[in-house]
This record gives sequence, structure tokens and C-alpha cells, in this order.
Amino acid sequence: MLGEYEMVIERGKVAEFARATGSRSPGYFGDDAPIPPTFLVTSSFWAPEGEDALVQRLGLNLPRVLHGGQEFSFPGRLPHAGDRLTVRLTVESVTEKAGRRGGNMTFIVLLTRYLAPDGVVVAESRATTIERGAAS
Amino acid sequence: MTGPREVSAVLPEWNVGRQSRTDIVRYQGASGDFNPIHHDDEFARAGGMEGAFSVGMLQAGYLGTYCTDLYGPESVRRIKVRFSEQVWPGDVLVCSGRVLSATTGQNGMQRLELELAVRRRGGGVAVTAEATVVVAATS
Repeated sequence: MLGEYEMVIERGKVAEFARATGSRSPGYFGDDAPIPPTFLVTSSFWAPEGEDALVQRLGLNLPRVLHGGQEFSFPGRLPHAGDRLTVRLTVESVTEKAGRRGGNMTFIVLLTRYLAPDGVVVAESRATTIERGAAS
Repeated sequence: MTGPREVSAVLPEWNVGRQSRTDIVRYQGASGDFNPIHHDDEFARAGGMEGAFSVGMLQAGYLGTYCTDLYGPESVRRIKVRFSEQVWPGDVLVCSGRVLSATTGQNGMQRLELELAVRRRGGGVAVTAEATVVVAATS
């Protein structure tokens, strides 16, 4: 496991994020607003060691890193403003592939689980990070 | 909410408009991703890029909004995005999509699988996505 910490879904942050992603829905401006579908990207802010620590712990060479894809899934009702979630980060897989122009590509899938206080997983996120090796 | 429910139905396009640097900076503030490659031209050029370019997750966020505008803020159960092309400041973006499948459960809820894309006008497809939304079958 890479880390575990708590995050709070804040009403103001939900509204700010909704606006920044082009939403005008009044549903995101109430006391009990649900999170926008990609809102949990904001959870890195709550990492006690800071947002950049993960890059360092994974030993990534940032200028060679690409974000290949991202998935969020919610088994049931979405988290809402006011919820407290436990954020649990793990590396799901690391795969090496030969790049088309020489040099290896490393695919790292980071799995983040978000748990309610009763331990139920309310959301999962999978981020695919691609590090391009130096061309040979 | 008025999003289409029939298999193969085409979703009404959403013209997001021209993306400004302010839109990018605003998203960086909202998301907490302050990678300078998205707002600092000098930094981006040092990394071999032409200049600062958009945050992929901003386009993913637009696709989230596209779903919630059509099917409601509580509807999304899954969204999976793939980044294929950079978006640059000044690009005009359009969201589009289609219903791939629709199933109605015993609980009276309908589950739709959608395919979605963000296109750059005059350019290519920047982001593709799959999404699952759940809506009341009778509404």
C-alpha cells in the first residue's frame, strides 16, 4: 500500500469543481451536493505528505510521464458534501512494453479506494500512468 | 432529465466553446493539479512541448458534466477516459456521444452504457470515454 489518509468532501470545493468543469447545475451548489463524476482527483490535496510525494515515491521521471487514462466507478450512491472518506492508495499493476520508437514504456496502474466510515468502498479510481523510457 | 435512453441514440452535442488559459488555470486550482506544464510556456518548452497545453482531466471533467447535464447529478456510476491528443489554449471543444446499451433492472432503474468523445474543432478526437449512468426507468 502506498498510503492511507482521510479526506472531507467540502461543499465549496464541490461547487468550485463543478464550475471549473463547465457545470451550471444548481444540484452542485446545495448543502448536500453529490460530487461531480471526476471530483475525486482532488483527493491528492489531502495526502499528508503533499501532492508531489507520490511521484517521488514511485520514482517517476516527471518530464517523461504521460497520463494515459483514468477511471472512476461508484458501486452505489455517490459521495456527497459533508462525507468523510478514507483514501487508500495501492499500485495495482506495473507492465513494461516495448515502445514503437525504441525504448521501453512502463504502464503503472494506481488503484485508489475510497471508503465510508463503516468500511464500505463507495468509489474506486484507476489512473494509468505511462513513463516513456529513453529511446535506445 | 432528458438524455436519450434508446440503444444507438445519438446524444445532443455540447459545444463547450473556446478553451482559454483562464479555463485551464481555473481547473488547476479546482483540482489541485498544479503541474506548471499546463500554464508556464517556458517550463513546457523545456520539456520539449510547443508551449503550455491543457490538463487531460479538464476534458474528462467536461465529459462528466455532459453526462450529468443529460441524466442528472446523481446518475453517473462509472466513467473511464482515454487521452489521445493534446488540447491547446484556443481550441474549440465539442462533446458528443451515443447510447451503447440499455437494461432495466427489477428495481425500476435503467442502466445505460454510453460512449463519449471530446473533439477539437478543426482537429482530432482528444479524449474518448465510456460511462455508465443509472436513471429511473419511468421518468
